[in-house]
Amino acid sequence: MNLSDSKLIAADRETVWQALLSSDVLKECVPGCQEMSGSPQDGFEATVVQKVGPVKATFKGSVTVSDIVEGTSLTLTGEGKGGAAGFAKGGANVSLSEEEGGTRLSYDVEAKVGGKLAQLGSRIIDGFAKKMADQFFETFREVVEGPAEDTEDTSSDAAPKKKGWLRKLVSNE
Amino acid sequence: MPKDSGIGASSKRREDVRFLTGNGNYTDDINIYGQTHVYFLRSDVAHGRIKNIDTSAAEAMPGVVRIFTGADFEGIGSIPCGWQITDRHGQPMQEPAHPVLAIGKVRHVGDPIAAVVAESLAEARDAAEALNVDIEELPAVVDMKAAVKDGATKVHDDLTSNLCYDWGFVEDNKGAVDEAIKSAAHVTTLELVNNRLVANPMEPRVAVGDYNRSNDEHTLYTTSQNPHVIRLLMGAFVLGIPEHKLRVVAPDVGGGFGTKIFHYAEEAFCTFAAKAVNRPVKWTASRSEAFMSDAHGRDHVTKIELALDADNNFTAVRTETYANMGAYLSTFAPSVPTWLHGTLMAGNYKTPLVYVNVKAVFTNTVPVDAYRGAGRPEATYQLERVIDKAARELGVDPIKLRRQNFITEFPYATPVAVEYDTGDYPATMDKLEEIADLSGFEARRKASEAKGKLRGLGVNCYIEACGIAPSNLVGQLGARAGLYDAATVRVNATGSISVMVGAHSHGQGHETAFPQVVAEMLGIDESMIDIVHGDSSKIPFGMGTYGSRSIAVCGSAMVRATEKIINKAKKIASHLLEASEADIELKNGQFTVAGTDKSVAWGDVTLAAYVPHNYPLEDIEPGLEETAFYDPSNFTYPSGAYACEVEVDPDTGKVTIERFSAADDFGNVINPMIVTGQVHGGIGQGIGQALLENCSYDENGQLLSASYMDYAMPRASDVPFFTVDHSCQTPCTHNPLGVKGCGEAGAIGSPPAVVNAVVDALQSGGHKNVTHIDMPCSPSRVWAAMNG
Repeated sequence: MNLSDSKLIAADRETVWQALLSSDVLKECVPGCQEMSGSPQDGFEATVVQKVGPVKATFKGSVTVSDIVEGTSLTLTGEGKGGAAGFAKGGANVSLSEEEGGTRLSYDVEAKVGGKLAQLGSRIIDGFAKKMADQFFETFREVVEGPAEDTEDTSSDAAPKKKGWLRKLVSNE
Repeated sequence: MPKDSGIGASSKRREDVRFLTGNGNYTDDINIYGQTHVYFLRSDVAHGRIKNIDTSAAEAMPGVVRIFTGADFEGIGSIPCGWQITDRHGQPMQEPAHPVLAIGKVRHVGDPIAAVVAESLAEARDAAEALNVDIEELPAVVDMKAAVKDGATKVHDDLTSNLCYDWGFVEDNKGAVDEAIKSAAHVTTLELVNNRLVANPMEPRVAVGDYNRSNDEHTLYTTSQNPHVIRLLMGAFVLGIPEHKLRVVAPDVGGGFGTKIFHYAEEAFCTFAAKAVNRPVKWTASRSEAFMSDAHGRDHVTKIELALDADNNFTAVRTETYANMGAYLSTFAPSVPTWLHGTLMAGNYKTPLVYVNVKAVFTNTVPVDAYRGAGRPEATYQLERVIDKAARELGVDPIKLRRQNFITEFPYATPVAVEYDTGDYPATMDKLEEIADLSGFEARRKASEAKGKLRGLGVNCYIEACGIAPSNLVGQLGARAGLYDAATVRVNATGSISVMVGAHSHGQGHETAFPQVVAEMLGIDESMIDIVHGDSSKIPFGMGTYGSRSIAVCGSAMVRATEKIINKAKKIASHLLEASEADIELKNGQFTVAGTDKSVAWGDVTLAAYVPHNYPLEDIEPGLEETAFYDPSNFTYPSGAYACEVEVDPDTGKVTIERFSAADDFGNVINPMIVTGQVHGGIGQGIGQALLENCSYDENGQLLSASYMDYAMPRASDVPFFTVDHSCQTPCTHNPLGVKGCGEAGAIGSPPAVVNAVVDALQSGGHKNVTHIDMPCSPSRVWAAMNG
């Protein structure tokens, strides 16, 4: 299946770009992600738990980043193996453009499943992939922008993790 | 008055007592001391190169006995194909190797990569998850027409292309057919798909391998329709086990529908592994596994052209078909789209010229082979659909057009190499018009329309070739073995009888019907006779059950053996009665000296055959057991006419079958109740194909319909009460019972009736541009057809 969409993120292009290349951000944003490590250069390793229709499985896989046009676009390609549940593969072409109010993140996602996932879950896979992509990019937007209330609340030691890594990311620059 | 026993009686199915009370003995009920369980790790990609299989982690898992991979089967034979096709140019078909476990490449989702033998099935499954398999996924070929294009990815690297064969039949007719079509007054053309099906017998496949090291004997218990065929194929061609060291048992089998004819890798694996680990090895398929490892059925894409002269006489038929073989050649796969299909393209009609072209194609899908009807449903569907379309184009009544073109003189040699011995097609059509109340259709249509529904009537004929098969003929056609059958009639001392038959019963009611024949011949009670089937150690030989052959071929062998019994028993009776053998008559179980009241009973003669005090040893050998082999001299040709009435909901496209009537000519009928049941089941499966079932792959070769959530099996609510009649009987002229076979007819005759009816309903609703809908006629397809 293929789907395309875009989101307006209230952040400058450089911030969005750096977030896209962060394993911490990816971990935060990939629905069901348990572990994520690696770097854009070497690729990321991930463990994701997901339930697709009747099939629930732990997918171990890799994500590679390619076709990098600095600050403008990149391609994320991932493949996860779920043992007896089969496998899922996907890719997303992501591009950024400046727009009033922030950065427009546009994406074209392609997803494929195989094995038991295809045999038992094919009816629902399109909807599932759309939901995953929506969740990923929506979470990504939230993470990059940071929850609105957090910007007010600077004293809390229960500061949301999302804000924490963003500050870290910004401070690393 | 109906008979209450013997030939023609509706004796109750004796086997149903055990089936209905949970006392059947199926392969999965067999558990042997010390048994291990095997789990097959199957490919989840359609096409890939195996780069590495690391078994070390899995071997360390609890309960693992041994892990096998393709490397363990290097040097072991390939799963053989039983039929070789010669193509249009005189060349043999391309025949790839089919290893027991994948070697080098995987070629379809479900292809077995490794087998884990463990103490329990759960441990075997867990260990299989720990197998580390590195497969480089390759592009998959799924679409048949794309598969035969230049440059297409090859399923088998060592073949020249994905084309198994390009077959023309009858090649010598091609020029004349082309000419007839060019000069015809009218040509109707139809392109259609015969949808891929999964047989789905209620019982999934099971195999239990056992090895006795004290005498080097192998035993395989398996869900097979033909244990002797499995013994021959597996023993001689795969594992190299001589037949006296190999016993194959197929106990109660819960439905086959063709998919249990073939020799499968799992059978060879369990037999091989039982010796390798020196313990019994058991495999039971899960339903998911069945979807991706049982041979599939149908999957043809066809263009058919029907030429007519100015008087609406059929002058020629030309077809071009792409037939999917899947990734490997299953046992009888090459014969299905050729000899079981092309030879039926004359149908019930005196079309003088027929040319059939079939391109069989390898794809990265599960192998495709015979499924109830096997080739004949594909032939019937395209022919009866194109005739219906022609009638509509010409504005003539579809029944009248058929009647006008019926073959009426027999024997009739078709232009496609077979000779129909008997038949009476106008009689079955007359019968159909009567039982289907076709004269009342218009009133029923009005009633449906008053409810806001569209009602359609579909009528068609069918002919099939059964009683498979004359061995000399099939040898010329490429069969690598003759297809005769055998029976041994063993009369015991007290007169009871065991008949060892090569046919296997897996739902057909042989245990009831076969004794009816022997009882009729001997004049004794049916309950004194049992058949023994499904065990190669008990039965002399047999080619099994498929192609509606059991009573026509094996039943004929049983008749011949029983005739020998009668001859010998008469000799013994003549001794007991001190009369001339020529004067002895057998009637109602009594041997009588003609014209006298001197007689001896059946039991007296049988006792005298085994434990006599006074016996003419120099003239007659003691004992009463005879074996006969039977080879039919021709196929049998059951035929019939079917009518289906549907209602279509114009808002949703949902099709409901309102009436279904079948008038069949099966020749003589042994047990009318069983025949009726066979027809019911066949029509049910045909309706499944026409409205519901579809095995679907995506463009990457992923199997998308591998559970009952996605593969729609017909349920009771999807079928109507059937009206079935088999009183039109033109007995077969060349077998002793005059029988033709009835097992496949319903599945052959019903799909075109349903689709003809759906198209008729839509036409009646003003959808004049709808001339065809591919099966299954699901609500979405029908709705889309109506809404352009």
